[in-house]
Amino acid sequence: MDAALIPEGAKRCSFPKFMLGIAIVGAVLLWGVYAMLLCWFKGLNQTNMNDYYGFALWIWADLAVIAVGGGAFFTGLLKYIFKIDELKNIINFAVIIGFICYSSALLILAIDIGQPLRGWFIFWHANVHSMLTEVAFCLSCYFAVLTIEFIPNILENRQLNKVPFFHHLAHNMHGVMAIFAATGAFLSFFHQGSLGGVAGVMYGRPFAFREGLLIWPWSFFLFTWSAAAFGPCFTLLVTRVTEAVTGKKLVKDNVVHLLAKISGWMIFTYMIAKIIDTLYWAKITAPGLGFELSHFYTSNGFYGYWILVLEVIVCGVIPGLLLITKTTRENPTFRLIAIVLAVIGVCINRWVMVLQIMAVPVMPFDTWALYIPSWQEVATTILPVAYGIILIAVAYRYLPVFPQELELNRRPEARES
Amino acid sequence: MIHDKKAHKYGMVIDLDKCTGCGTCAVSCMSENNVPFKEDESDKKDSITWMRVYRLTNNKPFPDTEVAFLPRPCQHCGGKGDHGHSPCVSVCPATATDYGYDTGIVSQIYTRCFGCRYCMAACPYHARYFNWWDPVWPEGMEKYLSPNVSPRMRGVVEKCSFCYHRYQLAREKAYASGSDEIPEADYQTACTTACPAGAIVFGDLNNPSHKVHQIVKPDPHPDPLNPDVVGKSRNPKVFRLLERLGTNPKVYYMSEREWVRKLGDHYLDGEWDKVKNVYGSASHE
Repeated sequence: MDAALIPEGAKRCSFPKFMLGIAIVGAVLLWGVYAMLLCWFKGLNQTNMNDYYGFALWIWADLAVIAVGGGAFFTGLLKYIFKIDELKNIINFAVIIGFICYSSALLILAIDIGQPLRGWFIFWHANVHSMLTEVAFCLSCYFAVLTIEFIPNILENRQLNKVPFFHHLAHNMHGVMAIFAATGAFLSFFHQGSLGGVAGVMYGRPFAFREGLLIWPWSFFLFTWSAAAFGPCFTLLVTRVTEAVTGKKLVKDNVVHLLAKISGWMIFTYMIAKIIDTLYWAKITAPGLGFELSHFYTSNGFYGYWILVLEVIVCGVIPGLLLITKTTRENPTFRLIAIVLAVIGVCINRWVMVLQIMAVPVMPFDTWALYIPSWQEVATTILPVAYGIILIAVAYRYLPVFPQELELNRRPEARES
Repeated sequence: MIHDKKAHKYGMVIDLDKCTGCGTCAVSCMSENNVPFKEDESDKKDSITWMRVYRLTNNKPFPDTEVAFLPRPCQHCGGKGDHGHSPCVSVCPATATDYGYDTGIVSQIYTRCFGCRYCMAACPYHARYFNWWDPVWPEGMEKYLSPNVSPRMRGVVEKCSFCYHRYQLAREKAYASGSDEIPEADYQTACTTACPAGAIVFGDLNNPSHKVHQIVKPDPHPDPLNPDVVGKSRNPKVFRLLERLGTNPKVYYMSEREWVRKLGDHYLDGEWDKVKNVYGSASHE
């Protein structure tokens, strides 16, 4: 039915089967859209947020998708600026994942603010001292860059590419993509960093506060570093899931090994910096403000030292070591364990830097505040996941996303000929 | 237009030994400032209380148990070094909250706030409140709303303004009378005037003739142990909440009781004994 749109030579499931899958995920998407509309029309009283939890599940989801979406800018940087040519075989997919993550982040922000129609005030009445202003500007600009990076891939659709203008536009855009990759890396450095800065500058919250360099707290640099480190793991994870769902090998092992190796070294070095930062904060910064480390991890029903160990050791140091070691990196099972742990690790880091900050009491006579999100919050957080699955499914079906797909999945007789 | 020779720095000192925890300050504040309320106000985590009264205890068993009440308005922080970069002001992305260098008052521009709640996250005192619901008053009660204070809409943050409208009225009155000075009695917050125990004293911390200045005796020099802290009280019974963070609040508290003063901040083991008799930056010199 839609054969004319499918890339030439590529094998795809039947259209009804495809639509059935889209319908199932679409139902989840509609559930999320319904919750989103409730929040917009009835207000944020639909959530379980409160005056202690001004930042809650959505902001975690926002930071998490941006962190794991970091694979787009970092892979782009490696491919176009550092000229690591093998990565051309995964860059399209990294860009699509980045596009999904960043568009989701913008949508979440639009739901999260109390007065969505005034969202533009952040640009119009911008406060240059606010890290959130920097986030808004860089995020919006980078989303535009990602859109530009995505366009050539869309124009390579079999039918669109027949139009000479689109064909040449796509070709020429590829030619100048290094400029956009560099712009994207620059913008990403600042918006990933400023998301870390959002927490780090809060000097009224000793759990979040970090000293730093000039106006930037250390968390600024750690967020950028972690996004570059863990983002490619998410790209690899989604690639692996796509391969499992489609039943095809889509990217050659040498490409996967290379990206895993780079990611591994980035994670390993990031963890060294993270451990130094944590030790300095625990031994110098927090005690200087009168806080023992135990204040942040005891006397409550949820946040214990376990979360620190889970983030730093189990989902940080271990995946880093697994990925920098050749034997474990090239073993599919260990590699999968490492990238899953790494993705969980960066998500835990963002959780801690959003939700645990809100939970920790600051005034000596105050108490821990724990919260459970409402179904509307959960639905709107799942919404981007459903949207992402649909966009990946549509892109995979109709666009030449994986340049190595045909070569890797050629039928035996075709290979012989 | 009044040309002040010196900027005001409005602040208050609350005597916790006088406070009975009656809540009159909170009620008068809500009434004065058109603060909306819910049918069920038992969940304090999402109800709006510009002035919230905390109950403190010395955690000792009977018969040594002691209780104190701590009214907590917005602390109108001057920020690190008292330069006006309050925890909330510095983070607001849309400049919807601002620091008045002429008054020391942290303002909130409701029509500019778009409800990101970053200021709430940054405030260690939980002095900022979000309008989770549309403001609704019982029928007839809307007639009692103050015409001097705009009600807030759903989806924006609000907080204590030190009854800024009263400051504006006092300024206009001074102007009309040809004076360039606002008399102490002309600008008093609603909570100050309502407190039946007279526990709250409000005025200009920069004006030596004002009672608040005389009680607090703010030290204009930075604390040599922590240069971020400015305006530390030279009165040994007076303290500020979380002073070590460098937020530099303009709300001071006073108590004869050591355990109450100790609850104003966090101290590592042994630290309190070293600092409990240290007051004002001059004492370090």
